[in-house]
Amino acid sequence: MGVGGVIGPALLIGAGVVAPALAAGLLPRVARTATLMSLPLGISALLVNLFLLPGATEVLFRIGPLTATVEGLRFAVEILLRILAITGAITLFYLTTAPAALVLDLERRGVSPRVAFVALASVQTVPAMVERAVTITAAQRARGLDTEGSIWRRLRGVLPLAGPVLLGSIAEVEERTMALEARGFTRPGSRTLLWWPPDSTLQRLARWLLVLAVPLVIVARALGWLGWLG
Amino acid sequence: MLTFELVTYRYAGASQPSLRDVSLELREGEVLGLVGASEAGKTTLCLVASGLAPRTAGGTLTGRVLLDGEDTAPLAMHELAGRIGIAFASPATQLSGVAATVYEEVAFGPMNLGVPRRELIARTDEALAALQIEPLADRDPAQLSGGQQQLVAIAGLLALRPAHLVLDEPTAQLDPAGTEMVAAALAGLAANGASILVAEQKTDLLAGICSRIVALDGGRAVLDGLAAEILADPRLADLGVAPPAAVRLRRAAADADLPPAALARLEGALAG
Repeated sequence: MGVGGVIGPALLIGAGVVAPALAAGLLPRVARTATLMSLPLGISALLVNLFLLPGATEVLFRIGPLTATVEGLRFAVEILLRILAITGAITLFYLTTAPAALVLDLERRGVSPRVAFVALASVQTVPAMVERAVTITAAQRARGLDTEGSIWRRLRGVLPLAGPVLLGSIAEVEERTMALEARGFTRPGSRTLLWWPPDSTLQRLARWLLVLAVPLVIVARALGWLGWLG
Repeated sequence: MLTFELVTYRYAGASQPSLRDVSLELREGEVLGLVGASEAGKTTLCLVASGLAPRTAGGTLTGRVLLDGEDTAPLAMHELAGRIGIAFASPATQLSGVAATVYEEVAFGPMNLGVPRRELIARTDEALAALQIEPLADRDPAQLSGGQQQLVAIAGLLALRPAHLVLDEPTAQLDPAGTEMVAAALAGLAANGASILVAEQKTDLLAGICSRIVALDGGRAVLDGLAAEILADPRLADLGVAPPAAVRLRRAAADADLPPAALARLEGALAG
């Protein structure tokens, strides 16, 4: 396992995440969020591979019965870069794409309005539930519920909050369903779209190039042309 | 015309009906006020009138609900959506939750109905103007106050341009200015031939816009008549409904045995 194993993910991060994030002026936010998202998986991958990689022989250092190896470190770095490439791409996507624009574009391309609605409503529900939880927490604290202090106290405070948050959300779903039905949401057929995101020639070209690149990379990999990437 | 013929409705799992043998007619251009204490059946009547009960709410319905003479029982909800619209008291759940701006939120209903784009824009602009909320057009609906959200929800209803409107406590979250705007918009719609059913606790609002009032008690229509007569009916208080301020003032003036000149001035002020 040589240095090549990190070139592929590093190139992907550079070309697919850093360059577009830089162009969008979002590099610090993307870097911060992607790093935070990668930390739990990254730390465990580092520890497991550094100390427990099967077949590794070149000793780096020892801590008691555990032996860190050079091969383990290389493999851990490779895994970390792959995780960063994935989290960086996801972060960049969410920071540059408005959910409503994504859904409208999907709908314009023939995706069912109901599927599009569920996708968007799922994204929008999270902040609404957080807001509801904050309101209920404030109301419960005003009535004497202790939600601060030791972990045990905090855990005890979760139960009186979980019930109202969940039940309130379920009741809200019922009312919202009726409101949607009353506004013709269940009508079969396509809807009239008020607007859709612009789709320039450059964007279309970039998309098609990416689509074409996928089978090309698979074939190149199968033929061994990408051996230098590790 | 919206017609109820001996309508009885019971929610799924309920032991008693929430509406019992209700018959009423709502004619073109008429604004009918619905009053009653809590659990009198106002919201249920609104749900049945709009078609949401029993289609979405479940439960069992006997009797007939007719829309312009056509029995609504075989019609699907989306077939009713363009003909009869409903607004609820709680604004947050009426918003689609997927519109990024107020403009898109108001346009949501006609978009679903496949209204051509040019007409969609005209309807949305008109609905925003009717409630004077054009300045909110680019705002995120989720970030508005409760009162503003309610105006947006009502504008969304207006954009559907239904011939029949059902409003369940539409001004519950509105300040006096917002309430006046809604009242003016409803009066305008009625003048253009829409028939409107309004369930409201604010009898002052009903006194200003309704031609007829129906009072419910225990799911039954117990009073039905001209707005001025029903709102001045002493039995209204027994049904848990506070009469309008003007009625209470007249009663207080009569009890105080005011001189005729003072009474005339009072009447003049109330009429003005």
